[in-house]
Amino acid sequence: MDLNGRRVVAIGEREGVTGPSLKLLAESAGADVVFSVTQCFV
Amino acid sequence: MSPTPAILRASYALAHAPDLVRHGSKPAREIGRDPSLLPRITEALRPWDEVVAYPPNQVFIGNREPDDLASIPRPWYENRIDSADSAGSFGRMVTQPALYGLMKLCDDFELVTIDAELADLAATDLADFDHRRGRITGVDPAELRTIAEASNGLDLHQDGRPAGFIRTVHDQDEALTASVLLENLISKATAVLAVSDLLRSARIAAGEIDYLLNCGEEAVGDRYQRGGGSLSKAVGEVVGCVNATGSDIKAFCSAPVHALIAAGAMVAAGVHRYVVVLGGASQAKLGMKFGAHLRNGVPVMEDCLASMAFLVGPADAGDGEGLRLRLDLAGKHPIGAGSSPKAVYEALVVEPLVRAGLSMTDIDKYAVEMHNPEITEPGGSGDVPRTNYRTLAAMAVLRREIGREDMDRFVAERGMPGFAPTQGHIPAGVPYLGHALEAIRRGRLDRAMIVAKGSLFLGRMTQLVDGVSFVVERPAVARPR
Amino acid sequence: MDLEDQANVNRLAETSGTDDMVVLLGQPDANSAGLFAETVTRGDPTWAGPLAGVPLGLPVFHVLEPEIKEQMDGELYDEHVGLMELSADVDEIIKWVAVCRD
Repeated sequence: MDLNGRRVVAIGEREGVTGPSLKLLAESAGADVVFSVTQCFV
Repeated sequence: MSPTPAILRASYALAHAPDLVRHGSKPAREIGRDPSLLPRITEALRPWDEVVAYPPNQVFIGNREPDDLASIPRPWYENRIDSADSAGSFGRMVTQPALYGLMKLCDDFELVTIDAELADLAATDLADFDHRRGRITGVDPAELRTIAEASNGLDLHQDGRPAGFIRTVHDQDEALTASVLLENLISKATAVLAVSDLLRSARIAAGEIDYLLNCGEEAVGDRYQRGGGSLSKAVGEVVGCVNATGSDIKAFCSAPVHALIAAGAMVAAGVHRYVVVLGGASQAKLGMKFGAHLRNGVPVMEDCLASMAFLVGPADAGDGEGLRLRLDLAGKHPIGAGSSPKAVYEALVVEPLVRAGLSMTDIDKYAVEMHNPEITEPGGSGDVPRTNYRTLAAMAVLRREIGREDMDRFVAERGMPGFAPTQGHIPAGVPYLGHALEAIRRGRLDRAMIVAKGSLFLGRMTQLVDGVSFVVERPAVARPR
Repeated sequence: MDLEDQANVNRLAETSGTDDMVVLLGQPDANSAGLFAETVTRGDPTWAGPLAGVPLGLPVFHVLEPEIKEQMDGELYDEHVGLMELSADVDEIIKWVAVCRD
């Protein structure tokens, strides 16, 4: 899957990789992050 | 010389609240959409004796050690502890009638009415409680019905029958609706129990307390100052802390650790001699994962309200066996640090240790988010403490303090199974403090680190997380420095 | 998945189509990652949210998957994912996300 130029929905988690972190990473691969969120279950 | 601050005593309480699960945020919304859920939830709730004998609850109140859980096979709700006691070495469990009794004696505005039968049960179950027991009064059922029909509010139940009512104070004030007042009054009532038990077990007069810090997450206030606060002073009033004032510290789940650091700093600076840090229960969290529990055919285990209180004072007070608070080793996650796990743990755990010339393996036990995995796993949220401990171990590997092959051992030795109910701020590292006090008295622990994180982003004001930590030590370890 | 987030994903898919859309996950364990992957492919398995019975069929990947990792900035990756690479059960997570994708 080539992320470059794709619209990415980033669903992160506090105890793993957060939404803002996923956004940075996806953008470094050339993706357009249209939605990012961090889930917290506790 | 400024006093060395210490955590002198810890106290915890669990109030069984099966009939209040329906008023938890998630169940209330879901039952509103689909009323057929209520009987399904009710059927999946546990009776009192099963809740008392539930191994994680026995650990929470101090009758078992956290590491004992590792040797009790899962599911823990089936492998209960025989002849378990509701009184523990630093905590206790109380029945739902006792909880209603505590709410009544904490109610200064006639918010709650209960019937006489429930009031009798409450008075019996609170026979050993020291404060305001005369306020636990009930009305006859006809009068209860009249009151309930005359105003907006919520019915309160005992064994499924309507046995009480909490009224909405102001129909146009979202901060004073019955459901918000129920959350706040429960937070107050459960904190009162923990603080009362704390003072009794510490053998300190309530009048000696100088300051109270509440770290609960409930928002006490009205429409003009939602979350205005100082539930701390409201709690102190009930237990007779006549010489204290107080305030609330808010930082989601990391607030208890912020509050303990602040309390230690107050003691060290000589501003106050004795500070009580308290945290009441989170009514909104009851039954939060009921959907996953029902789907998986397990009991609805978010059935208890938890509270806690800690006495912070000079280390030489009492038996001198308190946990020395190393304020010089307080850790924080600064705004500029970034929110990657590496940045968070670097700031929270590594930086303070490095500052003191210590390594990660100089900490005997880490206390992280101590959520009971049996509650979180059915919903797919995993084993939160285990994830945290694995991350800490990975951090130690990256720092070349241990090898990759040592990660499991690091987790087993320096971590522990989660045993705290999923009650918001309650699981944030601090449920271990009671155990740490015992372990240090027995000479089985030298140094522990308490680490808490908070999901600030849930309030939609920032994307940031928060985190704070502190180190506690055995007196003999602390002294030679 | 949080119901509000399910609604957001659903709205994005409905208003702008799913052709060039990819879901990227960051959960630290297989169960949780699998649950999210299933929600955006076959629909909410808990039948609680707006994606219940809505098989969006979105391509979904976990940040730990090698084909995703190799496209990202290496330094950023070490900073944000390095710890989880060490601490998580990487194979298990990848397996569960792949099951939903295929």
